[in-house]
Amino acid sequence: MFNYTFQWKQALARLPQMLDGAIVTMQIAILSMAIGILLAVVLTMFRLSGNRALSAIAKTWVEIARNTPALFQIYMAHFGLGSFGIHLSPFASILLGITFNNAGYLTENFRGALKAIPDTQTRAGRSLGFGAAGAFRYIVLPQMLRISFLPMTNQMVWAILMTSLGVTVGMNSDLYGVTQDLNALTFRTFELFAVAAVIFYLITKVITLGARLVASRLFRY
Amino acid sequence: MFDTALTAADFVFLAKGAGVTIIVTLISVLAGTILGILFGVFRYQVGAIWAAPLTFVLDIFRSIPLLIQLVLANAFIGTILQIRISGFTVACIVLSMYTAAFCSEIVRGGIEAVPATTRRAARSLGMTWGQDMREIVLPLATRVALPSWIGLALGVMKDSALVYVVQVTELLKSTQILITRLQEPLLLLLICGAFYFVISFPLARFGGYLEKRWSND
Repeated sequence: MFNYTFQWKQALARLPQMLDGAIVTMQIAILSMAIGILLAVVLTMFRLSGNRALSAIAKTWVEIARNTPALFQIYMAHFGLGSFGIHLSPFASILLGITFNNAGYLTENFRGALKAIPDTQTRAGRSLGFGAAGAFRYIVLPQMLRISFLPMTNQMVWAILMTSLGVTVGMNSDLYGVTQDLNALTFRTFELFAVAAVIFYLITKVITLGARLVASRLFRY
Repeated sequence: MFDTALTAADFVFLAKGAGVTIIVTLISVLAGTILGILFGVFRYQVGAIWAAPLTFVLDIFRSIPLLIQLVLANAFIGTILQIRISGFTVACIVLSMYTAAFCSEIVRGGIEAVPATTRRAARSLGMTWGQDMREIVLPLATRVALPSWIGLALGVMKDSALVYVVQVTELLKSTQILITRLQEPLLLLLICGAFYFVISFPLARFGGYLEKRWSND
């Protein structure tokens, strides 16, 4: 039918290298999510603090993260900071870029989740003798994280897909970077990237299904 | 710090890149939305089981990085089918399917948000399926779907930054070319970021406003 011979063997022979890349991809995604969630909680507290300067910081962060391309944010981390004399490694740049993006989107998710928690919860906590911080930490925060569990899963999937952008700042140990290097060696573009696509697909499926399982275990009550 | 080698010609170059970003986005969002509505209505109409193959295909577009989709489509069309088409066309095709995948989800959600009783009432009044769809479902579903759709359209604009991989020089790529030449990354990136922000921010705000306004009544 067409003048092309697929050579899947060549691509499959490189599978171990690509799986190593997948592990680096997972590391970036998990680290960026963990730090992203922490930062988002801090930004959410900034927003709730009533302090104008703090909530302005949170607002600016969220709007920049949500209204510019992720690739731009990664460029900013790599080339932008570079012009201040801060030269980050590709790994650090991609991690910083994705973390910035995650924190922004997650703060917005937390905002939505907070709307679903009635004020009476905080007030009940305060009447029981919790301080403002205690009421947030023990009453509001657990409910907020629980409500935004699914959006967090989505963000995790996004974080994994975003790691593929690391290649633009010279990252060559993640799944996309490894595939691109192998492509430069063998020129089996379609086969190699198809294998990479399958790996990405499986990772995202495992995460969404795993999260669903975890949610059904954790949120039984 | 404030003297720069940026010339008027460079600004024209950047503006051209911005133009490409906007055109790619408009074509993809338009084509993707039409496809997305068709897919969404189809998926709702035939039920989860018969729609499974389509759902699976659309899910692929949402589960692998756009960068890989572009590279694969380019390799498939260029070296396997050996059809000579421009990178611009490849970019538009891939982004349209990408948009359609997300849009069908939004459309399905919108249709499902219309209460079944309302639709049954419409059919009881003698409306045909088409009339029910046009006069009852469309206005009600739009209220649910439009804010998410605006978010999707903006997402596609931001994701269109990746089409550089099929040799399309859009805004971020032209910025990068200028960075390589002028060695002023911060200034150029700020200009580029400001452009995306100026388009995205007001529309995102408008989407948020619609969501708030329409969710109450």
